[in-house]
Amino acid sequence: MKTRRKAFNAVIYAVLILLAAVFLAPVFIVIMNSFKGNFYISEEPFTLPKDEKYVGIENFIKGFTQSDFLQAFLNSAVITVFSVAGIVLLTAMAAWYIVRIKNRFTKMLYYLFTFSMIVPFQMVMYTMTYFAFELDLNSIPGIVFIYLGFGAGLSVFMFSGFIKSIPAEIEEAAVIDGCDPIRTFFMIVFPILRPTAITVAILNAMWVWNDYLLPYLVLGSGEKRTLPVAVQMALTGGYGNKDMGALMAMLVLAILPIIIFYLFCQKYIIKGVVAGAVKG
Amino acid sequence: MHKSLKKYFPVFVMPVLAAFTVSFLAPFAMGVYLSFTRFKTVDSSEWVGFENYISIFTQDETFLYSLWLTVRFTVVSIITVNVLAFAVALLLTRKLKGINFFRTVFFMPNLIGGIVLGHIWSLIINGILGFYGVDITYDPSYGFWGLVVQMNWQMIGYMMIIYIAGLQNIPEQINEAAAIDGASPVRKLFSITLPMVMPSVTICTFLTLTNSFKLFDQNLALNGKNAETSLLALDIYKTFYDHTGLRLAEWHGIGQAKAVVFFLLVAVIAFVQLRVTGRKEVEH
Repeated sequence: MKTRRKAFNAVIYAVLILLAAVFLAPVFIVIMNSFKGNFYISEEPFTLPKDEKYVGIENFIKGFTQSDFLQAFLNSAVITVFSVAGIVLLTAMAAWYIVRIKNRFTKMLYYLFTFSMIVPFQMVMYTMTYFAFELDLNSIPGIVFIYLGFGAGLSVFMFSGFIKSIPAEIEEAAVIDGCDPIRTFFMIVFPILRPTAITVAILNAMWVWNDYLLPYLVLGSGEKRTLPVAVQMALTGGYGNKDMGALMAMLVLAILPIIIFYLFCQKYIIKGVVAGAVKG
Repeated sequence: MHKSLKKYFPVFVMPVLAAFTVSFLAPFAMGVYLSFTRFKTVDSSEWVGFENYISIFTQDETFLYSLWLTVRFTVVSIITVNVLAFAVALLLTRKLKGINFFRTVFFMPNLIGGIVLGHIWSLIINGILGFYGVDITYDPSYGFWGLVVQMNWQMIGYMMIIYIAGLQNIPEQINEAAAIDGASPVRKLFSITLPMVMPSVTICTFLTLTNSFKLFDQNLALNGKNAETSLLALDIYKTFYDHTGLRLAEWHGIGQAKAVVFFLLVAVIAFVQLRVTGRKEVEH
């Protein structure tokens, strides 16, 4: 019985290791190719960067300089940080107000926010771009404002769900002690919302960092472009000649921050992403 | 306290409401209106009634094609992703060492953005097809299955996590009782495990459904240029932005009408999901 169980476990391990190899292979192949010369990437994508195929970090240098990758990277970082900070703080405030002040207007707002979650982006793509340009929001601070509006649906919904489950007495006690609503929110309510705030932050960070179409339409492919836009431009030959080596290096550099972030905050990320899915 | 909070509407709600109005409410309302017009730009619209909606089905050949493609893609994705994710979850709920490592690896692709993901797979798929002297544009079915493989790589880890949570909720006693009654592993899978994880199956089915139905970035990056492998979201995008010349206003109207139909389809899916999952919760 025991040996049979051991043999069975060995089979399961073998299957899992094989699967893990299949899952890791795509990333590995891209990393491998990022050290190869142009010709060998398109002709022999599955060979190791050996001998004459190996070009060292040349591709990475080209990737950085040619397409001004660093600029796009910084744009993406700034947009993501400010959008996420704004969404977390402001939608938490709005959700608290909507849940605690019950009237017909706040009820309608709640339904509108929830409704916006199911509307696909293509529905508002053209008209939103029009408003963005009309109101001069086609800038980095502007897109942060737009992201606040688009992120509001899911974030208000998630915060509201949590706030409904916490009793209002704690807040009321604070008010009796002479706290105004703003202090009450920051000193008492927001700290309680921490677990949901982490989930909301992770969900929005993944979305904004990886988002392509919205920044492409609003910021374009010029100097304000984000990382996904730069990758798409480079890989479809938007900058003229396709330099496969530089492109592979760009792909590696685009994945790397996410993987590092993931390895450090894995527990929160998996929990957050799944919680968001189950609720939304 | 509620009285004192009420006056703070401008502080608490106004910033979000302003952004929400500019980026969602106003564009949505205007989008519905414009679907009944012809417009070169938003300022120059001309009312045409339901003409755009009729044109989708009569003049424009791509809509029905991409709708059918999207439906097939969605069905294949739902089946493959869920069967594989469930199988992996079964393997990972056994008490073995190093399980966390595998969970980490399988979930990882989910975090990579659609554009980057599409280009990674474009390199691999074209690399493999290169051995036969062709590329992904050679046959639309290559593009179709490329999208399916890509979807599986991205979604399996995600669904796996939900299935693992469902499997861990099954009380140990039920499995033990079945073992005492001499139930075979296969029998146990179909009579106990599957019925017990039905709520997870429902969630995962709808998640895969909406994600596949709305797929855009991966499609654009993997085979965006090929009209024969353009899913619905990409087809709408192309209707708006790939046309130039005299009939531009007409195409914009048709594009916006397609977007409204797309929205209605997604809304129906969401509504059905709400009914189905809502009922499940009552049962438990």
